[in-house]
Amino acid sequence: MIALIDYGAGNLTSVKKALSHLNAPFNTPSSPDELAAVSGIIVPGVGNFEATNALTKEWKQALKETIDRNVPLLGICLGLQWLFEGSEESQDVAGLGLLTGNCSLIHAEGDQQGQILKVPHVGWNSLHITRESWLLRNICEGDQVYFTHSYAAPVTDACVASTDYGFTFASAIEHQHVAGVQFHPEKSGRVGLSILNNFLSLTK
Amino acid sequence: MLSKRIIACLDVRDGNVVKGIKFQKLRTAGSPAELARRYNEEGIDEVVILDVTATLENRKALGKTINEVAHQIFLPLCVGGGIRDEFHAEAAIEAGADKVSLNTAAIAQPELITTLARRYGSQAVIVAIDAKRAGDRFKIYVRSGQEETERNAVEWAREACDRGAGEILLTSIDRDGTKAGFDCELTAAVSEAVSIPVIASGGAGVFDHFVDVFTTGKADAALAASIFHYSEHAVSDLKQHLKHCGIPVRR
Repeated sequence: MIALIDYGAGNLTSVKKALSHLNAPFNTPSSPDELAAVSGIIVPGVGNFEATNALTKEWKQALKETIDRNVPLLGICLGLQWLFEGSEESQDVAGLGLLTGNCSLIHAEGDQQGQILKVPHVGWNSLHITRESWLLRNICEGDQVYFTHSYAAPVTDACVASTDYGFTFASAIEHQHVAGVQFHPEKSGRVGLSILNNFLSLTK
Repeated sequence: MLSKRIIACLDVRDGNVVKGIKFQKLRTAGSPAELARRYNEEGIDEVVILDVTATLENRKALGKTINEVAHQIFLPLCVGGGIRDEFHAEAAIEAGADKVSLNTAAIAQPELITTLARRYGSQAVIVAIDAKRAGDRFKIYVRSGQEETERNAVEWAREACDRGAGEILLTSIDRDGTKAGFDCELTAAVSEAVSIPVIASGGAGVFDHFVDVFTTGKADAALAASIFHYSEHAVSDLKQHLKHCGIPVRR
């Protein structure tokens, strides 16, 4: 059973639809105690980093304990950013701190074909594979995925794919059995479903 | 590199896809779920469902359409047409829409943009602007192009952006359904005025029109309907053409 953490940051319909399509049973636990029996965790989320405040001390503790039991976790979009120490977007709110570094606003000073880069970064952009990973198994250099975000995570040792948009940010990270994607795999067609499937394989 | 997006618009009335010319003379083009499935296979980047009647009694039918389309594609899905308040937006999002597009309601109650952006995030809120040339400016029309306003498209786009819109869907009423090409001047004027992506709409007739709107028009995405509905492989052929012209597109 996959625990889909619903902490009120955006709508989970499309993630649920993708999980159903991939025949993955899931629930949305209403209390941290319910994490005891899960085989995988997905932390989704869109919107402001401040929304992760709803992941209270109790939730953080339970999630950390579950990770310590080697249960795989996938953070999507805000869920990836939350794995880091914090974000420039909401400096009073601490992330889970599983990964070192802080997320920052996309620097938009660069340009693409003579056009000013817009923020948020919305649309299909390519993955540059930076190292081998279970998360991106069978995903090719240059495969494109759907992004929509204004803040981004730094490229650190955890980075398994990076993406360029005026600057280079971590679009996929992996640290043992914990992974995160800045893009939306549930909205990224065939490539996105493959990535979700790679995560689900690890939870079986 | 960020790709330029190609978006297929499904104008839906009573559960069927229809398409008109200059917002009039609707004709039927098939089932929304079937068209969405075909476009997905051909490599469309995004789908917009526009409820062109949006009468109260048909809103339930719209929910069913959204749900059917959302089960066919794992791509961004936007729903617009007749979204008057937070409850309509909520219904569309719960049925499977990732984004809602506000048009008449955004002009009438601009605070709705902010309310929805706070609740769902800016990425879920598109402000649709239907504009028509009036001398050297672009006037906004509401109620499916029926009602003229005194608002200027460029200024309104800027305000919508400030209020929390995540994207602008900009339709040229003069070009809608004419196949005469996008209004690149209108698109560039709005795109240069805002920091958020602009989706150009209205007038796509040949593949070069897309090249024009992505270069001269400075559009981030382009939306079309008829050009895709009535010809097979139009999406993949279009992408091939854009790639050939040096425009970054998703493979």
